[in-house]
Amino acid sequence: MKHNLLFAGKNFIRMILLLAAVSVATFALVSASPIDPLQANVGQAALGSMSEAQKEKLRSYWGVDEPPVQRYLNWAKDALRGDFGTSLLYRQPVTSVIAVKLSNSLFLLVIAWIISGLLGFLLGVIAGVFRGRPADRLVKGYCLVIASTPAFWLALLLLLIFSVWLKVLPIGLSVPIGMEASGVTFLDRVRHAILPALTLSITGISNVALHTREKMIDIMESDYVLFAQARGEKAGSIVRRHALRNVLLPALTLQFASISEIIGGSVLVEQVFSYPGLGQAAVAAGTGSDVPLLMGITLITAAIVFLGNFIANLLYGVVDPRIRKGGRRT
Amino acid sequence: MSCTGKRHILEIDELSVSFYQYENDHSSRQVELPVISRLSVSVHEGEIVAVVGSSGSGKSLLAHAILGMLPYNARVSGQMYFDGELLTAEKMKELRGNKIAFVPQSTTYLDPLMKVGEQVSQGRKNAARRQRQRSLFARYGLEKDVDNKYPFECSGGMTRRVLLTSALMDEPELIIADEPTPGMDLALAKKSMEDFRIFADEGHGVLLITHDIELALEVADRVAVFYAGTTIEEAPVADFASEETLRHPYTKALWRAMPQNGFVPLPGVQPYVKDMPQGCPFGPRCSMYSEKCQGDIPMQRVGCATVRCVQYKGEPLAVEAHHIHGETAPAPHHTKT
Amino acid sequence: MKLNQRQKARVLLVFSVLFLAGVAVAGVLCHDAAMVTDFSRKNLTPCLTYPFGTDWLGRDMLYRTLTGLSMSILIGVCAACVSAVMALLLGIAAAVFGKKVDAVISFVIDGIMGIPHILLLILISYACGKGLKGVIIGVALTHWTSLARLIRAEVMQLRQSEYILIAEKLGQSKWKIAVKHMLPHLLPQFLVGLVLMFPHAILHESSITFLGFGLSSEQPAIGVILSESMTYLIMGKWWLALFPGIMLVLTVVLFDLGGNALRSLLDPNSVHA
Repeated sequence: MKHNLLFAGKNFIRMILLLAAVSVATFALVSASPIDPLQANVGQAALGSMSEAQKEKLRSYWGVDEPPVQRYLNWAKDALRGDFGTSLLYRQPVTSVIAVKLSNSLFLLVIAWIISGLLGFLLGVIAGVFRGRPADRLVKGYCLVIASTPAFWLALLLLLIFSVWLKVLPIGLSVPIGMEASGVTFLDRVRHAILPALTLSITGISNVALHTREKMIDIMESDYVLFAQARGEKAGSIVRRHALRNVLLPALTLQFASISEIIGGSVLVEQVFSYPGLGQAAVAAGTGSDVPLLMGITLITAAIVFLGNFIANLLYGVVDPRIRKGGRRT
Repeated sequence: MSCTGKRHILEIDELSVSFYQYENDHSSRQVELPVISRLSVSVHEGEIVAVVGSSGSGKSLLAHAILGMLPYNARVSGQMYFDGELLTAEKMKELRGNKIAFVPQSTTYLDPLMKVGEQVSQGRKNAARRQRQRSLFARYGLEKDVDNKYPFECSGGMTRRVLLTSALMDEPELIIADEPTPGMDLALAKKSMEDFRIFADEGHGVLLITHDIELALEVADRVAVFYAGTTIEEAPVADFASEETLRHPYTKALWRAMPQNGFVPLPGVQPYVKDMPQGCPFGPRCSMYSEKCQGDIPMQRVGCATVRCVQYKGEPLAVEAHHIHGETAPAPHHTKT
Repeated sequence: MKLNQRQKARVLLVFSVLFLAGVAVAGVLCHDAAMVTDFSRKNLTPCLTYPFGTDWLGRDMLYRTLTGLSMSILIGVCAACVSAVMALLLGIAAAVFGKKVDAVISFVIDGIMGIPHILLLILISYACGKGLKGVIIGVALTHWTSLARLIRAEVMQLRQSEYILIAEKLGQSKWKIAVKHMLPHLLPQFLVGLVLMFPHAILHESSITFLGFGLSSEQPAIGVILSESMTYLIMGKWWLALFPGIMLVLTVVLFDLGGNALRSLLDPNSVHA
């Protein structure tokens, strides 16, 4: 028990350190840019409508008067208090912009995460068990093609098929144009989320399936599966009793590791479907030199990814008896 | 028909196992690598037969071949008979874990994520099997708490015992044990060998695959000497009492190399499968090597033993022939209690 | 004639190299033709003269696609080479220069993996003021991590081998051991890692350009072509998106297949084919 807490603690501290490092690196990157966010947004409505105090704050983060280290400290001090500054594009605090966009995206991300995880696992297991047979070839072929297909083009293709040719699903935007936000029903939101979620799921499956397949092949060639065979266990029972049990652990890690990939994909997919989520906001922030928002989005994304890894590590400790009972780590 | 007139449980006739592999890392030409070539050995009821050969010489594949569990790129030829019946792939599937049990060599043969009690009883629900598993564990000094341990929590000796009990679970006819004793202390090793003895005396058979000739001589009834992928001699243990009663030059050399017989080392090493000599594999190291040794040397029966050497003029084994003509010993089938 | 795995791999490798080299050269040759606008032939659906159709400015989509792909291939190959060399150096450094260096490098790798590639690419592109330079630096900086890990593991294993231990006992310097004794063993894995990096690099180059952070919109880059096609998709001009996309997928698939074929030839024990 004690070593488990220690393990969790160590992991947590590492996560915080990583997050801090990411914030430094991101700050360095946006500071290195030849584009001056304040200059670029001069004359923009956002900057014009800001109060003097808000502008002053922006200058203390991104201006040219102070050395970069001091500016980072200014930013970090406020960020620790939960104040990430004001978005230049949306004229709102970065935190509230992110909250809205993230809640829009979460819908897509979670659906795609679950579907790609489950289907990817299933296909990977099937391919691994029937290695070299038609089912395996099919899964491998699918994975190869999908892994080579850029998510944005797949999105375009689905848009072409379902919205332009079949006209069964809306073209873009998460709410119908010209409708009050309050008038949007849950069903409308679902209708607009179907294609983006589908795209993300389809692309997400290939990675999970390929990795699960490799693990499954290792397991099916292992000594303990051989021994189970020698003891007269039938193929079905071997898969159920031994293979699934052993492939679940690596699959768990894989599932949490896929978060980063799905968020990355959502940036592209949201752009195609003009879905007003975090990904689209990131692109807008990058194009519009909205540095405070870009920083905020990078950090929240990194936090989600690291948290996913952290949870995966904890779950591993709970599920794997070798770690739970304090044995060696493998 | 065996020399003693006992029923054959397992007969292996000229078994060869080879692998298809690329000639080297960059070649696209595939070559056949023989790992076991024309191996013959048999196990009768009430017998422990030891196959003795040096480590890493492909003995383990013999066990895998009998159980029909060779990797997909392996090629098998020759015949095997179980209880007088030809062992086909389907037959092997039917018999393994049932009439034929396997005690594997290494501790990695246990599922790392399943409690050992459940692995041996093969299911939690069947009360009778759980009962049997518990009593077998108790017989080998595995306390009740061991049932709920995972393999990583078991010591080497414990794991060996677990593997042994798993073989005894289904009351098989034949146990194939691949190096079952390393890691056990002397008392336990003796105990497990005694159990093999009891098991054999009940009219069953044990095929013990080991590198340890002293262990083999202590517990086995007959010893088959494995050299470079084949058996060169199969003889009753009594023949190992002196050098003269043994036949093959390699067996004699092996005998002389034993500590109590002078510890005389045999110069040279076993040939690697890729550069196997023509004819007798022992030829290059043999003091009686002659041109005759380069030809095809069949296994022949000499008294109660078999040997693969040109010095002897015995009868051919003709295992296949007597199966075709239905001349197997008409011993009554053993009935289980 | 029935081919075995290795013969198939050779055929596949040769075919991919020929196809990709062909596309790269063809694209360079028809760069000028791709820029020609001709309003007398605008918005043509695919036909025999214009197999990929033409766009709203009357530009030949086949030429544009080939040029775009060849730019993507060249940029991807360039960036991947830089990235692979980084992976090699950092992977060896992590394994050879002790625990501290190892910890720092693995911390950096974890950090990079914490940000989705595409977001990091946006950041780096922004830092470089967008454009070609940003894409190449971005792809190079983001793709080395997994290869570096592989190389680190390989070097760790090599270090335990006897001849390296002997070289250490003989007092040879760390760099000398690394270069003389380790590099030759790492080469196959490095080459395979490099080639398998190409498809990712190309995918990310086209993605970042698609989002508007990469090559400028005057260039007939594949990302630009597909980004523009979005506007015309709703008007039913499907060919603007379909054929360039298929060609992009084909290119990436061939890089992937070629890389895997190379792996099965150079590093035969590592494949789960």
